[in-house]
Amino acid sequence: MQTGSLFLTVITFLPLLSVAALLFLRSDDHVWIRRIALTASLAEFAISLLLLRGFDAADPHYQFEEIHPWIGQAIHYHLGVDGISLFLVLLTTFLTPLAILCSWQSIQENVKGFFTALLVIETAMIGVFVSLDLFLFFVFWELTLIPMYFMIGMWGHERRIYAAVKFILYTMFGSILMLVAILWLYNLSGTFDLQDIQGKLQSGIVALPPGTELLLFGAFFLAFAIKVPLFPLHTWLPDAHTEAPTAGSVILAGVMLKLGTYGILRFCLPLFPNAAHRMAPLIAVLAIIGIVYGALVATVQHDLKRLVAYTSVSHLGFVVLGLFAFSTVSIQGAVYQMLNHGISTGALFLGVGMLYDRRHTHEIKEYGGLATPMPVLMAFFLFISLSSLALPPLNGFIGEFLILVGTFEHHHAWAAWATSGSVLSAIYLLWAYQRVALGDITVEKNRTLPDASSRERIILVTTAAAIIFMGIASPLFTRRMEASTNQVLRQMERPQNASLPPVVPPPGAPTVTLRETQQDRSLAVIAGRLASR
Amino acid sequence: VIPFPLEQIANLHRLAPEIILCVFGIAIMAVDPFIPGSNKRVMGWVGLIGTLTALASVGLVASDPGPAYSNLISADAFSVFIHVVVIVAAALAILGSLNYLDAEGAQRGEYYALVLFATAGMGILGGANELVTAFIGLEMSSISTYILAGFRRHDAKSNEASLKYFLLGSFATAFFLYGIAMEYGASGTTKIDGIQSFLIGWRAGHASPPALAILGLGLIFVGLGFKVVAAPFQIYAPDVYEGAPTPVTALLASAPKAATFAVMLRIFLVAFGTTADIWFWAVFLSAILTMFIGNLAAIVQSNVKRMLAYSSIAHAGYVLVAFAAATSVGVAAVLFYLAAYVLMKLGAFLVVTHLGQKGEKRLEIRDYAGLGLKQPALAACFSLFLLSLLGLPATGGFLGKFFAFQAALDLRDPRFVWLVVIAAVNSVIGAYYYLRVIIVMYFWEPSQDYTPTAVAPPLRVALIIAAAGTIYLGLFPGRVLFLAKTAADSLSLR
Repeated sequence: MQTGSLFLTVITFLPLLSVAALLFLRSDDHVWIRRIALTASLAEFAISLLLLRGFDAADPHYQFEEIHPWIGQAIHYHLGVDGISLFLVLLTTFLTPLAILCSWQSIQENVKGFFTALLVIETAMIGVFVSLDLFLFFVFWELTLIPMYFMIGMWGHERRIYAAVKFILYTMFGSILMLVAILWLYNLSGTFDLQDIQGKLQSGIVALPPGTELLLFGAFFLAFAIKVPLFPLHTWLPDAHTEAPTAGSVILAGVMLKLGTYGILRFCLPLFPNAAHRMAPLIAVLAIIGIVYGALVATVQHDLKRLVAYTSVSHLGFVVLGLFAFSTVSIQGAVYQMLNHGISTGALFLGVGMLYDRRHTHEIKEYGGLATPMPVLMAFFLFISLSSLALPPLNGFIGEFLILVGTFEHHHAWAAWATSGSVLSAIYLLWAYQRVALGDITVEKNRTLPDASSRERIILVTTAAAIIFMGIASPLFTRRMEASTNQVLRQMERPQNASLPPVVPPPGAPTVTLRETQQDRSLAVIAGRLASR
Repeated sequence: VIPFPLEQIANLHRLAPEIILCVFGIAIMAVDPFIPGSNKRVMGWVGLIGTLTALASVGLVASDPGPAYSNLISADAFSVFIHVVVIVAAALAILGSLNYLDAEGAQRGEYYALVLFATAGMGILGGANELVTAFIGLEMSSISTYILAGFRRHDAKSNEASLKYFLLGSFATAFFLYGIAMEYGASGTTKIDGIQSFLIGWRAGHASPPALAILGLGLIFVGLGFKVVAAPFQIYAPDVYEGAPTPVTALLASAPKAATFAVMLRIFLVAFGTTADIWFWAVFLSAILTMFIGNLAAIVQSNVKRMLAYSSIAHAGYVLVAFAAATSVGVAAVLFYLAAYVLMKLGAFLVVTHLGQKGEKRLEIRDYAGLGLKQPALAACFSLFLLSLLGLPATGGFLGKFFAFQAALDLRDPRFVWLVVIAAVNSVIGAYYYLRVIIVMYFWEPSQDYTPTAVAPPLRVALIIAAAGTIYLGLFPGRVLFLAKTAADSLSLR
């Protein structure tokens, strides 16, 4: 623990600081606005990589902690990362430069505003991941909304206003009830500090009656499920994705959806384990419906971007399923899948954005045979699709595999149903690829389309490298996540009768769990090895 | 021979803000006839100096709190807090009025004098420890604002606003007065602390409080509910807010509400704190009704001033949520809310003051299409106030709601959980219409026929102060929250 260092504060607020630099530029100085935004985001990525150096993989607790009093006695400015949030921060800092690069040419109006919004979102998202105080968390959580709202509404496509309003109202509705739940937790525990609340709930100092726990769980879960989005709360997503500019979609799919799954993992499971266990079957069923439904709907889309949007519904279903299977392996898989989805789907949106830049349409029937004029771009597109449909040894495979293995341990049926999603993903992605890239050129205009520019090649190569790296070097990641995922599972343990005041846990209980954890861990190692071959 | 009441003179400094405001007001009235028409603007600066001097004198009061005028006035920390809020509001309103009145050709000294008198009245409301004193404060602020509402003499809507406000407002104050009479009949006193000890004594021997006192309290609720625009007494507000000159609306929507809430807190929580279980339901229902009426009606407005008027109805509802808690925490939450509310509401109306342009022609929301590109700073400022009204974190409006909800949940009472959930749902409904303005300003194509002029320096200063205050309260609320808590503790609840 490095109390007193300002490392996380710097990482969180560096993008915001660079916004201040942007504000000094003339608003028609597009070149320098872009350059400064890109430099800032690259610097941000480089600094965030330093987190890896100081990070102790064996330590399940929060690291790089910072804590300062903020408002009154109860609210603190409390930051910290563990093995879960660490990689989500890195994902954010990795995707932001790509989002900036992909907007290089396509954003020509109000450039300053656009990059300002992008960088503000980055700060807010990192803030969500590193906050260890519920109040601070909520502040960042809400702050992600406004810049994204502007991004969709100002630089989006035809139905952008409708999509922006739908996006923000949906999310706000969920989060306002979460605010009430946060206040209620404060009422019971007298603090907004996540670790304090966790400790008090776990030790039984603060006892939640089952009904209350369920309500609190529900309020938190609703906010996160809307964000994920879990079927049937997903309807905002296709609109927001389709109407957003490319960078917006990348950020939205790449990181913002993970705010939801991260929230479930960080708050819903450890704080309200009994309710989570009670609701798990229902949620798993919704997740599976999401997996299959998202895949089926994606299959029949005629709009390429909408298709990719629906794949998110399907893929995030896997993540939620993995979380609610409650095994180390499945949860690790879920975290890993969050990163994979961020990169693969982000890359898919980047690719779709490149096509859009050329033809200004997302209609699949407007394309066809693109592999002939654009061999490089289409080769990468195929590669990214393969990663998204979880082809071994690419990154997507590891995540899905771990989730399915972990789920299968206790829930054969869940895993069986979910697996159909993997099959379907091959159908919709390859079919889409076939219609876009293969065969004869169907639209005459496409014959002369230029292949990937050097700027686009940088984007494509970077994402492809990340895809391969995460596919083969997965133990580098899982090793650092392991302690933290186990910690989450430990935090979910409660004295047998939680509704009664402090009870010493029955001597049998911890040993059983420990043995299970041991078993899970060895499985993870096996899975990791399997995958890296 | 009645001895000269020396102790009243001795405590005169505790009334310093009111005295200063009135002296400046009278001075403006006296000097105004001698100032040539083209120089009337000077009176505005004199008025501003008056408010700033009064603000400084609040420090004097704060340094030596205590009763004044045979305990008719209680210059405690609570009163000091309210004084600061209303005087700052008045100063900002004056800054916003200077160029507006020039543009409207209505630059006259009495405008500023009336603002000062109204502020003095609000100050008295904040410190009143006796019902008739409160009535005097209420009348001072009301009558001044009746006239201010009709200040655009040649405009039918302004006249309508003034008349409507005057007629209905007179009714409301009559209710208030009638209520006071009943309190006197029931308890034999009109002092807040007198009524409190009477009720405590009564409750020791009786199961329920005297019916006459409760009836009187009901009438007082009607009278004051009208002033804070709580449902079902809100009917007048949109018309009055729309018709009144915009800087006057800015003042009307902010400061008198804060002052009236202050006196309500004293009456309901101090004097009638022991009967909280009885008046709770009235406040509870009124809060729910207020929030729903305000938010739902605001959705369908196309006129910015009407929309903001309904929004201020909704905000009265949120304040009532914390009010209903009837605890010290609740009082602190109400005070913090009022401080944040005054800044953001005033700021929003001051932006509209400018955007309305000459003759208040540009008041439709669609008039602001593309403002985000035409006047980025002004649009950003407006967005900030709207987002704060919406309750977005990192703004004062969010923390106001946050503390209000927290205070209500603090009681661990299911009724309050429901109240907070309703309030929370309402703030999402509210999001729709606040965001709609932002949509028009940023997402719509700029309207061709409308290029707003540059913001005049005084108004600019006012906007910067309001915006900075809104952000300050959102990021570093500690200081103000501490003052609000101190103020709440200075009331002897129960």
